Amino acid sequence: MQQPKLSARGISLWFGEKQVLKDIDIGFQDRQITALIGPSGCGKSTLLRCFNRMHDRTPGVRLSGHCYLDQEDIYAKSVFVAAIRRRIGMVFQKANPFAKSIYENINYGLKINGVQENQRHELIVQSLKESFLWDEVQHELHKPAAQLSGGQQQRLCIARAVALRPEVILMDEPCSALDPLSTAKIEELIKNLKADYTIVIVTHNMQQAQRIADNTVFMYMGRIIEADTTPNIFNNATNELTSSYVHGKFG
Amino acid sequence: MKRKLLEYLEWGSLLMSTTAVCFFLVVILWDLASKGAGSLSWDFVSRFPENGMTSGGILPAIIGTVMLTVITAITAAPFGICCAIYLHEYAPDTPVTRLIRASIRNLAGVPSVIFGLFGLACFVQALHLGTSLLSAGLTLGLLSLPYIIVTSEEALHRVPVSIREGAWALGATHFEMVRDIVVPSALPGIITGIILAVSRAAGETAPILFTGAAYYINNPSFSLDQEFMALPYHLYMLSTQHQSVDLVRPLAYSTALVLIIVVLLLNLTAFYIRYKSSKDHATA
Repeated sequence: MQQPKLSARGISLWFGEKQVLKDIDIGFQDRQITALIGPSGCGKSTLLRCFNRMHDRTPGVRLSGHCYLDQEDIYAKSVFVAAIRRRIGMVFQKANPFAKSIYENINYGLKINGVQENQRHELIVQSLKESFLWDEVQHELHKPAAQLSGGQQQRLCIARAVALRPEVILMDEPCSALDPLSTAKIEELIKNLKADYTIVIVTHNMQQAQRIADNTVFMYMGRIIEADTTPNIFNNATNELTSSYVHGKFG
Repeated sequence: MKRKLLEYLEWGSLLMSTTAVCFFLVVILWDLASKGAGSLSWDFVSRFPENGMTSGGILPAIIGTVMLTVITAITAAPFGICCAIYLHEYAPDTPVTRLIRASIRNLAGVPSVIFGLFGLACFVQALHLGTSLLSAGLTLGLLSLPYIIVTSEEALHRVPVSIREGAWALGATHFEMVRDIVVPSALPGIITGIILAVSRAAGETAPILFTGAAYYINNPSFSLDQEFMALPYHLYMLSTQHQSVDLVRPLAYSTALVLIIVVLLLNLTAFYIRYKSSKDHATA
C-alpha cells in the first residue's frame, strides 16, 4: 500500500474529563473517498475536525498524538494553522454561506489566501462549474447567497472549498439536511471531485456510504473498530460489531 | 373546572398589566401633545428665545442637544465596539474576564448623576476642559459606554458559530474572520445598540448639569470649549427655575414634546436599521 495522503497516528482527544477519541490510527489514500460511519456520539465528526484543527479554539479540549498531511505534522509548532486549512478544506453539516453574494462567498477565500485578483474570476467560474451550480446561478452571481435553496447553498459551500484547490476535502454529513434530490446531486458531485481530491466524509446514511465511498471506517465509542474497502465492510465485516451496525441492528 | 378558572385568571392578569402600561403611556403622550401642540410651531423650533424665555423658540437647545449627541456617539462608539470585540472574540473565559464583564453590566446601572459628578471632577477640573460641550459630551460618552458594550457583545454573540467555522475552514486567521465575517454580520445590531444608548443619553439632564449645560446663552457659538443649551436642561429650567413658571408652562410642554420627538426619531432609525438587516439576512 502506498503512503496515505492524510493520516492520524495515536490521536486521543478529551473534552474536559471525557475522552472522546481513543488512540486513533488511520490513513486515507490519495484520490479516494473514505466514509466514516458509526452511531451518534462515536467521535466521527470529532475525528474529522482534528484534521483541519477545528478544535484549536474550543475551550477544554486536549489532544495527543499526531496528524499528518503527506509527511507534514499538522500539529507541529511551526505550522501556520490557516495554511493547513487552505490545503485541507471542509464542508459542514449545515450549509453556512456568508451573508454575502454568491460570487463574494467564493471570492472571499481566494482573497484572504492571496490569490491574484486577475486569476480569481476564472477560479470562481471553474469552481461553480465543478460544483454543478454554474448553470443555475450564472446569471445571478451577485444575488445574496441566503436566497439560494438549501441544496444550492451546500453546493456553494463545496464550490467555496474547491476554489482554493485544496488537497483534501473533509465533509461532515453534508447531505443530512437535504432532500433526496439535492442529496443525489451532491453525491454525484463528490464522486466527480474524487479525480482531484482526497475526500473524507462522515455519514449516517449506509446507502450513501455504499454509493460513493471506496473505503469505509467504522467507529464505535471513540475507537476505530474496523477499516476496509466499502464492499468488505458491508458484506464481509470481520468484526461482529461492524456487521450488526451496518445491518441496522443498532445505532 | 379549577384549572380552567386559573387559566382565565392568568390570562386576565397578564392582559390587565399590559393594558395598564399602555394606558399610562398614552396618558403621558396625550397630556404632552395636547398641552404642547398649541405653542409648537415652525418658529418655535427655528428661532432663538426672546424676552427672558417667555417667547421665541428653542433652536439653540435643539442644536446643542444634537451636537452633544454626536459627540457622545463619536467618543463612545469606537471604544465600546472595540471593547466588545475584544471581550467576545479574544478574551479567554477566565474569572478576570467574567469580573470585567460583570463590572461593565453594573456600570450600566450606576445613576447618571454619579457620572455627572465624575465628569465634573475628571473632564472639567482635572483635564481643564472647563464646563463645555466637550466635557458634557465626554461625560455622556462614558455613560453610554456600558450600554454600547453590552449590546455590541450581544450582537456579536448572535453571529452563529457555523459561520465562524466556515471562515476558519477557508484559511482565514482569527483576525480576518472577526474583521470580514463576524463584525459585518453584527454591525446592524451594534449600530442599533449605539443609537439606543445615545438616544437615552440625549435625554439625560443630571450629567450635563455640572459639566456644560447653561440656562441661557446670548449668541451661542456652539464651539466645543463653550457652554451650551440642551433640551432636557432647558425643560428642567422652564418647569422649575423660571421666574414666572406659569407663564412659560406651554413652552415647557412644547420643549418636552420636541425632546420626545428627537428621541423617537433616533429610535425609529434604530428600528429601521434592524428591520432592513433582518430582511437582508433572512436565510432560506
